[in-house]
Amino acid sequence: MRSSTSREDILSALRAAEPPAVPLPELPEPGPLPADPVAAFELSVRAVGGEPVRVPDAAALPGLVRALAERLGARRVASAVDLPGVGDVDLQALPDPHALEGIDLAILPGLFGVAENGAVWVDTRPLAHRGVFVVAQHLALVVRASEIVSDLHAAYERIDLAGPGLRLFVSGPSKTADIEQALVIGAHGARSCTVFVVG
Amino acid sequence: MPRVALFIPCYVDQLYPAVGLATARLLERLGCEVVFPEEQTCCGQPMANAGFDADAAPLARRFVEVFAPYEHVVCPSGSCTSMVRNHYDGLVPAGPGLERVKRSTYELCEFLVDVLGVTRLEGRYPHKVGLHQSCHGLRELGLGTPSERVLPPSSKVAGLLAGLEGLELVSLTRPDECCGFGGTFAVAEEAVSCLMGRDRIADHVQAGAEIITGTDVSCLMHLEGLARRRREPVTFRHVAEILAEATA
Amino acid sequence: MTAGHAERAARFAADEPRAHWHDQALWFVRLKRDRMAQAVPGWEELRERAARIKAHTRSHLADYLEQFERNATAHGAVVHWARDAEEHNAIVHRILSGRGVTRLVKSKSMLTEECHLNPYLEARGIEVVDTDLGERIVQLAGEPPSHIVLPAIHKKKEEIGELFHDKLGTPAGLADPKQLTEAARGHLRQKFLAAQAGLTGVNFAVAETGAVVVCTNEGNADMGTSLPPIHVACMGVEKVIPRARDLGVFLRLLARSATGQPVTTYTSHFQGPIRGGELHVVIVDNGRSRLLADETLRGSLACIRCGACMNTCPVFRRSGGYSYDWIVPGPIGIVLATARDPVRHASLPMASTLCGSCDAVCPVRIPLHDLILARRRSAARAGAGGLAKRLTMKVAGLVLGSRTLYVLAGKLARGVGRRAPRGLLYGRWNAWGRQRELPPLPAESFRERWRKERAREVRRG
Ligand code: SF4
Repeated sequence: MRSSTSREDILSALRAAEPPAVPLPELPEPGPLPADPVAAFELSVRAVGGEPVRVPDAAALPGLVRALAERLGARRVASAVDLPGVGDVDLQALPDPHALEGIDLAILPGLFGVAENGAVWVDTRPLAHRGVFVVAQHLALVVRASEIVSDLHAAYERIDLAGPGLRLFVSGPSKTADIEQALVIGAHGARSCTVFVVG
Repeated sequence: MPRVALFIPCYVDQLYPAVGLATARLLERLGCEVVFPEEQTCCGQPMANAGFDADAAPLARRFVEVFAPYEHVVCPSGSCTSMVRNHYDGLVPAGPGLERVKRSTYELCEFLVDVLGVTRLEGRYPHKVGLHQSCHGLRELGLGTPSERVLPPSSKVAGLLAGLEGLELVSLTRPDECCGFGGTFAVAEEAVSCLMGRDRIADHVQAGAEIITGTDVSCLMHLEGLARRRREPVTFRHVAEILAEATA
Repeated sequence: MTAGHAERAARFAADEPRAHWHDQALWFVRLKRDRMAQAVPGWEELRERAARIKAHTRSHLADYLEQFERNATAHGAVVHWARDAEEHNAIVHRILSGRGVTRLVKSKSMLTEECHLNPYLEARGIEVVDTDLGERIVQLAGEPPSHIVLPAIHKKKEEIGELFHDKLGTPAGLADPKQLTEAARGHLRQKFLAAQAGLTGVNFAVAETGAVVVCTNEGNADMGTSLPPIHVACMGVEKVIPRARDLGVFLRLLARSATGQPVTTYTSHFQGPIRGGELHVVIVDNGRSRLLADETLRGSLACIRCGACMNTCPVFRRSGGYSYDWIVPGPIGIVLATARDPVRHASLPMASTLCGSCDAVCPVRIPLHDLILARRRSAARAGAGGLAKRLTMKVAGLVLGSRTLYVLAGKLARGVGRRAPRGLLYGRWNAWGRQRELPPLPAESFRERWRKERAREVRRG
């Protein structure tokens, strides 16, 4: 019989091996917000293969999303953003995540955007099926223009990871360069990523 | 008048005496009193580089004894200088001798710029020159900013060369890739070593270099050996030779 | 004696056009990395912070792992501990077989490669599908990855076309990356939909919150953990970091260093399982505590597996990932492989020119070329290179250590060299001379000429 568990073995081996304590450094200060944060963010979204769309008037959003769906030829549209007249799939009513397959366009709210890398912070916890952002053929994210931060340091100052669930940054569409370093958009996840910046 | 002890690495002594003489001439022309401590042999780099510290240690100790009396030690090699400055700890017992030698030993261009304060040499060298930035000089001694680092660009060697009238430094597609010499690597990994070297030469040739120069004869010997076998249209000069010739 | 790195590298380099193609492809990634790094103000400072956070974490590793375990468990994850590869594989198998899983989708995990998990599970009746495109390509080809970030970087698109034709039934002659990727997407989507469990690696495990952070561009980790109900995440003990905010430092460095992107497409923070499902985190030692105990080598535990040291390594680019005969190749691979098995990997410490480019790109500032030199030292102490090399070094040391012997030997060698016929000089023994001329041997050494010149000057006085 083994006298100790693997857990104890590993932890005690690590304790025995640990070097003298080294202090935890301060984190870098977040970079300054660019003079035009939205423009900087949009530039980054484009650089990562996404499609930024400026929506100064929130009332125009449903129309723009419908136009996007039409342009993409999206028949099954699911929206987690309350947009009148948009979406025919009730995400919350799907029985099983496998039912996400076949969704052509998903629209999700983003909590904020990051100017330096075009990433949008998405919280999947309100969703019945967290995988919608990656299973849907196309993805649209909606971020408020006032919610752009400069960089990831600033982002993590805002992020609160309390409670269980999947939260993530999405930066552009799914992509790969695994064949001869040629960039191909649409590897497994969204074939396109439109980011509506509202307000 | 700064008194300078020449540290002439063993392979320069045996194979490239002209480089040693050019170094001495250049230093004298710049007002240094140059001496050559004849007791010196080798800094121990060949052994240390291969991991044989026990065989390198006596040479390192000997080096420190020979050179400790001098205020300035100058060497026409970045890698041998780096050997002394960065790799003697652990080979030589700690003490004032070691510390002094680590502080006083300079690569030639570094000495010109940092100690003598030379920013420009009066001289003429009407040639298209490709600078091979040897790795240990560049990344261990900091003779310049390596292309990997996000720091203001600089190069002590390029600065001295570019100041010569008529000299055109060609621009390479890979400004500081290793030539593949690497000490014992040159024979232990002959195939990759030679491929690396040929790639470097091709870069210089496509950039239009007539002459390839650098701070280290070891890299140049490897490159020149490849170029001569393949009859490449370039010649090789150590940077000391160019600077000495241009200022003659 | 089996062939070492030099022989394998020579084979790779012998196909020169291909070696150059491989070199260019990776150099291109290095340039993208450079452009990205240059665009980040305070890049060098960021690297320094990352190194210090890792150094701090190493000095409290056990505490942070316990903290991580507490928090992950509180969110509903089950944490398992594995001393070695065998135990890791057994744990994963137990989780899967206990739930009747026969179809597993996997996203990239170097750890499971290190543990040889795939063959272990396959031998026990579980289908394992690697879903990262590059990994799927090498899996279909029956090969290991040749690079930790770009697993199929050694393959040409035509070869991938042929492979897909063979294995996936795509039309013959397909060589367009877009079409090939599309074919893989269709094929793998079926695998995702049919999978009963998903396995991922872990880029970072946050002690403070219990989050497991996984970074991908393709979305395969998210797909594989959002359709099936069971998520198994495998991590080495070194993946833990103290705080969520530390992610700001590492994520800013990781993708920029790896592929020259500002961030990966998906950076997923998994806390607890999918609704109604399970999350199992397997924490693995497998030699890492031994590495931690090694004062010289422990810094290598900081590695965030970005691959930058491979992309920049002039030897790697011209020798290919397989020449290292270890799952992590390149500069960091030399350190890790020889730490694990110095005898099997005895040739690796020489597979470097010590140019130091790896140190300069490494986002966590691992002094890679110093560590490789340290590996040479321990190899030399252990008698690597055999008696011949030891003797050569000894004799060289003795000769170079005595002025008289040195002067004599130099004169002798030059004398012989100057007179020897070319056929002898360039005989088979001379590896230098296979492709290179020897330098012209001067009649006199520097010291001889110096003495004569000075004597003349004194006479002229
Ligand atoms: S050693 Fe550094 S550069 Fe190499 S893979 Fe690890 S983190 Fe990246």
